[in-house]
Amino acid sequence: VGVIDYTQEVPVVEGRPPLRDIDDIIAKPLETKPDKKYYIALAITLSMLGIGGIALAASIYYGTGLWGNNNPVGWGLPIVNFVFWVGIGHAGTLISAILFLLRQRWRNGIARFAEGMTIFAVMTAGIFPLIHVGRPWLAGYLLPYPNQHSLWVNFTSPLLWDVFAVSTYFTVSFIFWYVGLIPDFANLRDRTTNKLKKVIYSVTSLGWRNSNRHWQHYEMVYLILAGFATPLVLSVHTIVSFDFAVSIIPGWHTTIFPPYFVAGAVFSGFAMVQNVLIFIRKIFNYEHIITLDTLEKMNKIMMLTGLLVGYAYAMEFFIAWYSGVQPEQFAFINRAFGPYAWAYWIMVTCNVVFPQLFWSRKIRRSIPIMFVVAVLINVGMWFERFVITVTSLSRDYLPSSWAYYTPTLTDFAILIGSFGLFFTLLLLFTKTLPVVSIAEVKAVVEGSQPSHGHNSEGGKE
Amino acid sequence: MADKVLYGYTGIFDTPDDIIHAAEKVADEGYEKYDVNTPYPVHGMDDAMKLPPSKLGYAALVFGLSGTVSALAIMYFMSVIDYAIIIGGKPFFAFPAFVPIMFEVTVLAASIATVVTMIAIFFKFPNISHPLHNTDYMKKVSSDKYGICLQADDKKFTEEEAKSFLEKLGAKDITAIYYPEENFEKQTVLEPKFISILVLTAIIVSGATYFSLNKLMFMVPFNWMMYQDKQVPQESNPLFADGFGMRPPVEGTISRGNVPYQFKGQPELAGKLLKNPLVPDSTTLALGKDKYDIYCSPCHGYFGEGDSRLNGQFPNPPSLHSEKNRNWSDGSIYHVITDGQNIMPSYATQMTRQERWATVLYVRALQRSFNAKESDLQ
Repeated sequence: VGVIDYTQEVPVVEGRPPLRDIDDIIAKPLETKPDKKYYIALAITLSMLGIGGIALAASIYYGTGLWGNNNPVGWGLPIVNFVFWVGIGHAGTLISAILFLLRQRWRNGIARFAEGMTIFAVMTAGIFPLIHVGRPWLAGYLLPYPNQHSLWVNFTSPLLWDVFAVSTYFTVSFIFWYVGLIPDFANLRDRTTNKLKKVIYSVTSLGWRNSNRHWQHYEMVYLILAGFATPLVLSVHTIVSFDFAVSIIPGWHTTIFPPYFVAGAVFSGFAMVQNVLIFIRKIFNYEHIITLDTLEKMNKIMMLTGLLVGYAYAMEFFIAWYSGVQPEQFAFINRAFGPYAWAYWIMVTCNVVFPQLFWSRKIRRSIPIMFVVAVLINVGMWFERFVITVTSLSRDYLPSSWAYYTPTLTDFAILIGSFGLFFTLLLLFTKTLPVVSIAEVKAVVEGSQPSHGHNSEGGKE
Repeated sequence: MADKVLYGYTGIFDTPDDIIHAAEKVADEGYEKYDVNTPYPVHGMDDAMKLPPSKLGYAALVFGLSGTVSALAIMYFMSVIDYAIIIGGKPFFAFPAFVPIMFEVTVLAASIATVVTMIAIFFKFPNISHPLHNTDYMKKVSSDKYGICLQADDKKFTEEEAKSFLEKLGAKDITAIYYPEENFEKQTVLEPKFISILVLTAIIVSGATYFSLNKLMFMVPFNWMMYQDKQVPQESNPLFADGFGMRPPVEGTISRGNVPYQFKGQPELAGKLLKNPLVPDSTTLALGKDKYDIYCSPCHGYFGEGDSRLNGQFPNPPSLHSEKNRNWSDGSIYHVITDGQNIMPSYATQMTRQERWATVLYVRALQRSFNAKESDLQ
């Protein structure tokens, strides 16, 4: 490849396509009938969803005894999966809000899709705490409403903070996503010839007129939402980590948890976004919009957050030793060398060792290798939640109540079902809404912004 | 054509540079009611159109802060005032523990309110029948062209001038845009289609609410908390020969703490032998009044006149102020409360011995107040 010129900004969208081509290529999946491959993919994800659905129905009918949860491991797989899926969602908000505030223009091509993933991941995550309470239809009691028992919820509990954090996160992500979609709905409204679609897009676009008097407020709202979503996304996984850190179980009661969880969430989220985008750009021919440079940048972020996570693993051991607290020291030695050592070392290998491959530029730009590494990262991050949740609970202060936790088939069926739900929603998303923001991508195509009398604006002209 | 009302004139430009220059000229010319339509926000357009900065930040600030304050106020009310419970030894007003929820509510309130403010107040959306909708002009500016629209309601606007001005700016496809005619006559709110949708929505919503609150919650599995596999009072049980779920105590035993009443069925003896252990003072009389109002007043009336509040569902009891009752000893009244008399049941299980004696004192006070002697007034 030779020497790279870092003084020139790489164009976000390759090849300077005419704006109308961008409309055509992004709207194409919405205007064509799905092909055979799509139906095969949908059949697979729906089968996974069905497996999960059956397992869930059985769990509700026969009770949570179908799961591996025991005493003392009361949290088990449902909570592991909850933390995993909430984490997956975080990349979307990071891309759409934090990278927006940092003026990373390359985010424009992937933001819509990542936001969609956020919403679906949070929906998937939301199932787990609900089913974990055993009677999901009583979840209304989590809200502080004036009820006939005249009791209120416990505002000092991190579990309640979670209710507020996750529901706020979902709502704000959804609003952010919808606000981003409004101009694209208007675009689709004006290009469609189908009468029914026209009505739908007219309603969903709310009557958007591409007016600059509107764009001005719109950009302001986008900035404000990004400004709110940024601390929000950090708060969500912070609060999820409080579920653990506020208790006094050895291995959980540490102040490093919030940053460690947030880094891990971004890490796994980016891996998932990268995995899915590799398919999307290939299938829908978005290679020039979601460029290899974008994927490389995502890999760099994965490497950075992977290092942060690795640092946290090391620091946990150091603090356990440095604090001089025996149960704490035991918890960590038990993690690495106890009955769950296999899970611990899968986690370390996948999260710390494999991402180091990204130091090489060649690997960062090789699609098959980056795909495999990202899959491994997600495996590793799932095991991280498993290790944290299960090892600490299975051996806490009271050796007489130690027990080994083995998830049952039902547990795994629900996990498979959660992937089924997530990917089913993603597949439906790709065929019903523009998975790349039309307006935002147009705004970063070379030559789409006025030159203001200068010859170029950082581009290559 | 004659009855059509003009909305404005539109012109199309090809490049972002052209539209910026054109917008600057239009603003310089003194037009106020005009708009620039572009498929994406063009940098520098706000300055070119001389638009004041967006004020939406204030909406975010106001709604965000009200979210913070109301979250704190609600949590304070619930956990300090209305139902204070000590949790984990923390103070009722555990401020650090309230911070996460205050933050979340702030973000939620600010985000929703800012977006709603923008859409509903700043844009006056939803509005899907604007004159510009469904025009070739709108189709172009949604995709890859940049357009200017000079509105007819501007003070400077005349048809000829607007047309020639757009031509001078170098605009293409200069077109007049008219209001759609039907907009003026139709009362869209009274359209049968709209009303029937409204009615249908109302029926579905109320039906679903009724169903879920009154039916669904009593169906399997939602009633499993209510009906559990256990014996509850007053239920039958086939396990026992007599079919009763509730069992009598084993013959010859008494329950813990039970002191048998030794004058059962012997009112004369009770009246003679039982002595009130309490003296009338403010505490015993207050306790007696409390218990009297709860247990006795439904039939005997608040002042013992026998004016039952049960409105003839039972025969009204005689007045407690009769000659006979006033001459009863404390022990006789105590006996009636403990053992019952005629239709009146025993209150021994509801009231402790001390409460019964206190009630006797209160009845005495009532009797004396109704038949006060002159000496009482001194």
